[in-house]
Amino acid sequence: MFDVAIIGAGVVGCAVAYELSQYELRVALIEKENDVAMGASRANTAIIHGGYDPEPHTMMGKLNVEGMYRCFKLCEELDVEHKKTGSWVVAFDEEQRVTLQMLLVQGIANGCEGLDILEGDVVRLQEPNLSDEIVAALWVPESGVLNPWEFALAMAEVAVRNGVTFMPNTEVAALSWRGNHYEIGIRIVGAWHSATDEDMAKKNTCLSSPPKEKVVMPDCRAMKISARHVINAAGVESDRIHNMVAPPAFEIVPTRGEYYILDGTAAGHVVHSVVFPCPTRAGKGVTISPTIHGDYLVGPNAEVIDDRTDTSVTRSALLDIADKARRVVPDLDLRTSIRNFAGVRSNSTYGDFFIEKSAANFIDLAAIKSPGLTCAPAIARVAREMLREEGLPMERRTLWRGGRRVIRFKAIPEEERAAFVRAHPLYGRVICRCETITEGEIVAAMKREIPPVSIDGVKRRAGTGMGRCQGGFCGPRVLEIIARESGRDPLCIEEDGCGSIILIGETKNPTCREI
Amino acid sequence: MKEYICIICPRGCHLTVDEENDYAVTGNGCLRGVAYGREEAMHPTRVVTSSVRVRSEKYPRCPVKTDLAIAKSDVAKAMLLLDGVELVPPVHRGDIVIASLFCGEANFIATRDIDE
Amino acid sequence: MSVVETNGKQTVCDGMAAIEMHDEYELIVIGGGPAGLGAALGAREHGLKRILIVERDVDLGGILNQCIHNGFGLHYFGEELTGPEYAAKFVDRLGGQSIDVLCDAMVLEIIPGEDGHVLRLMSVEAGYCTVRSRAIVLAMGCRERTRGAIQIPGTRAAGIFTAGTAQRYVNIEGYMVGRRVIILGSGDIGLIMARRMVLEGAKVLACVEIMPYPGGLARNIVQCLQDFDIPLYLSHTITKIEGKERVEKVTVQEVNDRFEPIEGTEKVFDVDTVLLSVGLIPENELSHVAGVEMDAKTSGPIVFENGETSIPGIFACGNVLHVHDLVDFVTTESEGAGRAAAEYVLRQEDTTHVRMCENESYISLVIDESVAYTVPQRIRVLRIDDGVRVFFRVKAPHKTPKRIVFRDGERIVASFRRPCMTPGEMEHVTLQRAELDNVSGNELLISVEEIR
Repeated sequence: MFDVAIIGAGVVGCAVAYELSQYELRVALIEKENDVAMGASRANTAIIHGGYDPEPHTMMGKLNVEGMYRCFKLCEELDVEHKKTGSWVVAFDEEQRVTLQMLLVQGIANGCEGLDILEGDVVRLQEPNLSDEIVAALWVPESGVLNPWEFALAMAEVAVRNGVTFMPNTEVAALSWRGNHYEIGIRIVGAWHSATDEDMAKKNTCLSSPPKEKVVMPDCRAMKISARHVINAAGVESDRIHNMVAPPAFEIVPTRGEYYILDGTAAGHVVHSVVFPCPTRAGKGVTISPTIHGDYLVGPNAEVIDDRTDTSVTRSALLDIADKARRVVPDLDLRTSIRNFAGVRSNSTYGDFFIEKSAANFIDLAAIKSPGLTCAPAIARVAREMLREEGLPMERRTLWRGGRRVIRFKAIPEEERAAFVRAHPLYGRVICRCETITEGEIVAAMKREIPPVSIDGVKRRAGTGMGRCQGGFCGPRVLEIIARESGRDPLCIEEDGCGSIILIGETKNPTCREI
Repeated sequence: MKEYICIICPRGCHLTVDEENDYAVTGNGCLRGVAYGREEAMHPTRVVTSSVRVRSEKYPRCPVKTDLAIAKSDVAKAMLLLDGVELVPPVHRGDIVIASLFCGEANFIATRDIDE
Repeated sequence: MSVVETNGKQTVCDGMAAIEMHDEYELIVIGGGPAGLGAALGAREHGLKRILIVERDVDLGGILNQCIHNGFGLHYFGEELTGPEYAAKFVDRLGGQSIDVLCDAMVLEIIPGEDGHVLRLMSVEAGYCTVRSRAIVLAMGCRERTRGAIQIPGTRAAGIFTAGTAQRYVNIEGYMVGRRVIILGSGDIGLIMARRMVLEGAKVLACVEIMPYPGGLARNIVQCLQDFDIPLYLSHTITKIEGKERVEKVTVQEVNDRFEPIEGTEKVFDVDTVLLSVGLIPENELSHVAGVEMDAKTSGPIVFENGETSIPGIFACGNVLHVHDLVDFVTTESEGAGRAAAEYVLRQEDTTHVRMCENESYISLVIDESVAYTVPQRIRVLRIDDGVRVFFRVKAPHKTPKRIVFRDGERIVASFRRPCMTPGEMEHVTLQRAELDNVSGNELLISVEEIR
């Protein structure tokens, strides 16, 4: 019996797990995908928002500034790559200048510090690539960018280190209240993760065809776990989870946002800080932002879609984003793009974070859209207090092991490298040539609290495959290392989520042939 | 009438070959095209390159080729013959992997050295 | 520069005799593929004795190791060889030449200096080393253009590979990457992989090419597509990839002359694999960071007639300089670069020569809209013995005879007739010393013109 079951290992679920791991509690972090941060938490603009954008009476408004400070502090403690770049909101005419003034007032009400509105010419001294048509901009010093999936992962790793049970590939199918606890019906997703030893031993294991549906293990249909309290952090599915225990109170309106990633070297200098247009009802608009890797993110748009899992990119959206971005930075060269991606945000009919106790021992941390990433640590603080109010005994762990340190070869000072490689030879083999990531870093990632199971899982931890060749060179080598370190058959190793098989068999094996 | 793109030189002349007229070739830009067109129409041949299994941790596959061109119609069959092969190191360039394909003169030979 | 630290460990490579890394070399060649091998051997033949090849893979041979098809060596050796056989001919010649080889190693940085260049490199066995060299040959080859660079809409399902990565899986590791394949791009790599996949039992449904003409050699169109009845769609491109976790289907559309998709021409293919063969890009990260002057038209360094870059003592050859079609020309180009590196090192003692080099004038080769690029881009006439070979590509296909004309202002300096030319096949001509001596200005304009 768990004390708390957290449904969803996005940035909010991971933040809650991190908080609760500091107490003597049995906590389960349940996730339907094969890794943490597989939803919007990894497909966003990666911004630590300053806090001027949400209205003060909303949860977003109340939690943004607190979340912002906590993010910077946690990133330091957990060695998550981040940068306090500051941000601009730009205005093209006098009407928009009024919007800036409103945002300034709103920001002060929310607790922002150091806000200022500067004239276009002054702004262009800082950001020479901004359009001449910009008349003024709001400067928000207390803001920046971070590595969003690393942020979620780091919190989850510390949580697991301190006793939280991470349950990937686990989909919640049913929730029933049993008077003093919840019975949670779960389904394990991904047959090949439970392939028999016999299958794994057969070198010529060949999947008969790439599965179109996620396969469900027959003997898991009746699996149940129990938890005294449930926290709903299920992102785009959070309304579905809510509706299992309470009457509908909000509806998720899945809103897809697409992006370009521009190669920093090819693009040259674009912007120092995050640059926003004036916000509209649709959202914060197409942003141009430096990433912590030295690249630039351009996007997102906002398109309501039917299929909550549809993260495809579309020609029309990419063209639209390009147009809007070039209004702000006219010489933006989108031919330097190395990748496009999309994330589906949990916008909702409610219009704010839905943070409520919606049923007995059931807390919704639902409909978390922007600035959800920034607010996550603050939301976790609120959840912790709500659990206490629900009567959950919260005794601090005496031996809580926090903190996190990741060795990044690139960050080792030049004069220390020779000795370091002598002591740790695997750091002497570069695997990802574009980003200079070594085998030592990949092997270290495989040994941390939540080991990666896929190529992209390694990418999110070690940074392989994020550069100019997009994994063309390192992909096969990373696959080999995952197989070697985990003992798994290379044919079972996925590119990303459950079912994204890369290799369909061995050559010279007649059963793998189409013709 | 059959049509071929001549591959002898970069001009890539479009050849027409008349099987009913003693394989007469038209469309060629030079005499070499005539020979190529007739060969392609009468008995097209190909060199086949592929790989075979090797009992080696470091090199699971060894590349092979036919040392002579074989009939184009035999290529698919030749590929199937490779399925059953497993080389044991050391392998040397030129080692015969399958001899006398289809009772002809062509062999599959290894095209690289594998020491272990 | 002052004394440089080094690891100096014993290193074994690939069955060759154990080598001891020196602190200082006469020449370090970055890359052990055909370009690096040619350069090292060329330098050795012209008198250098302390040469190191640094190669990132576990073996020498570069991309040739996975090019198990034939067609290599027709020009250079007069016989048709597979990639591994071609590479082996050069690797064999290394034996007994006292050329040091460090495999499974990566050069991280080049720091040019007037008194020799410094390289930071590392491997598991050698550790992290700082080594000096009087000369460097850049031979790092190229990488493949990716899906992200051309922004194909759709999902990011598994089953999308660049052709070279798929080739590595199939030929080196022995894995099949899919059962039902569509190929984007009719360059040689895509064509070769089409055949490879069919021969291994996959179904290749189509090859899709955005240009109105194929990118690869006619020989490959015939032997890789026509032989297997694989349709080639010219002036088409992939406009959507679908599939939740693995590719499930792909939409192909015709494009107009601005390369925009034409509505109503959608064709959907039921495939699980997309192989991308959409271009090669010289891998010049090291060159860029070292401050070598680059040519945006080749994505490679600007070089003089002997392969020397804008930094004295740093030379470039092979695909890192410009993308080649035939490895035979990579070999001759790299042997030339190796020879030039040797001459550079051996002449460094000659101070008169060094002083003369400092203010040497050169002729720039300037192109017009009919030519994509030339290599070299600059010619120091006084350095040429008999002639200089100029490589170039045309921008559009020419099916009828044309001439390549080099002009000094209005005056024609040299003119060459070619029966047909296409962007997919690199051309070369040789300018004679005598012709160059007569050039009055410091520019030569090269263009493709009609024959009068």
